Amino acid sequence: MYLALFFIFGALCVGGALNLLLQRHPINSALSLIVVMTSLAVLYLLLGAEFLAAAQVIVYSGAIMVLFTFVIMLLNAGEEERTRGSKAAYLVGFPGAAALLGLLTFIFLSVKTQLGTARLGDYLVTTSDLSKVLFRDLLLPFEVTSVLILVAILGAVALARKEH
Amino acid sequence: MVVPIAYYLILSAILFTIGVAAFLIKRNIITVFMSIELMLNAVNLTFVAFAHQWHQVSGQIFVFFVMVVAAAEAAVGLAIIIAIFRTRNTLDVDQVDLMKL
Repeated sequence: MYLALFFIFGALCVGGALNLLLQRHPINSALSLIVVMTSLAVLYLLLGAEFLAAAQVIVYSGAIMVLFTFVIMLLNAGEEERTRGSKAAYLVGFPGAAALLGLLTFIFLSVKTQLGTARLGDYLVTTSDLSKVLFRDLLLPFEVTSVLILVAILGAVALARKEH
Repeated sequence: MVVPIAYYLILSAILFTIGVAAFLIKRNIITVFMSIELMLNAVNLTFVAFAHQWHQVSGQIFVFFVMVVAAAEAAVGLAIIIAIFRTRNTLDVDQVDLMKL
């Protein structure tokens, strides 16, 4: 059951990511990215991260992707033009990316037994566990991020405003 | 029924590689930005998988902060994209290659 859930949602992740790569219209890419992010939330739940699963749905598939679709519709983005990309991307980038994937897969499979296994519910981080660390040990970084978000909001408004 | 942690790591490596490939071949600036988000998500999955393996909360704290920074980055990045579109009337990254108009 657990293995089946992992494979179903893992396949949804990979399928959504490939769809992002293959679609030519940005709105289709954005919607397939929402599929990837929501499936990742299910995988977080399978790994016992309940707060992060909720935050993934609310922050990523909710806020960030709504912002993306909003900007795509605001700018009236049409289909991508078929231009020739840079040669370096095709000559170095793809073999490099494929080599990276092959190397990582080889390393992970060779240390598969040391890495252990995950079973549903064998390690659950509740929201209170997370908040104990976040609000007791890491209070200063947490407050600094609120300043960061404030600066980001002001910067976004200043950048997107029409100049007179 | 158990799932090896290595499967989660391989899934995240696949997602990261697809993100890199999309970053390289996509020509629309919004899609390029979305593939960066995909790479961030792949790394988040690695963090959560290792947090589960080591039974440490700090891995999940990292993911929390990555989410916060990604939200800020998305807001600023999309504002920059809007500003680029206003001045150049295009979203094609090949045509945005001059510092000056």
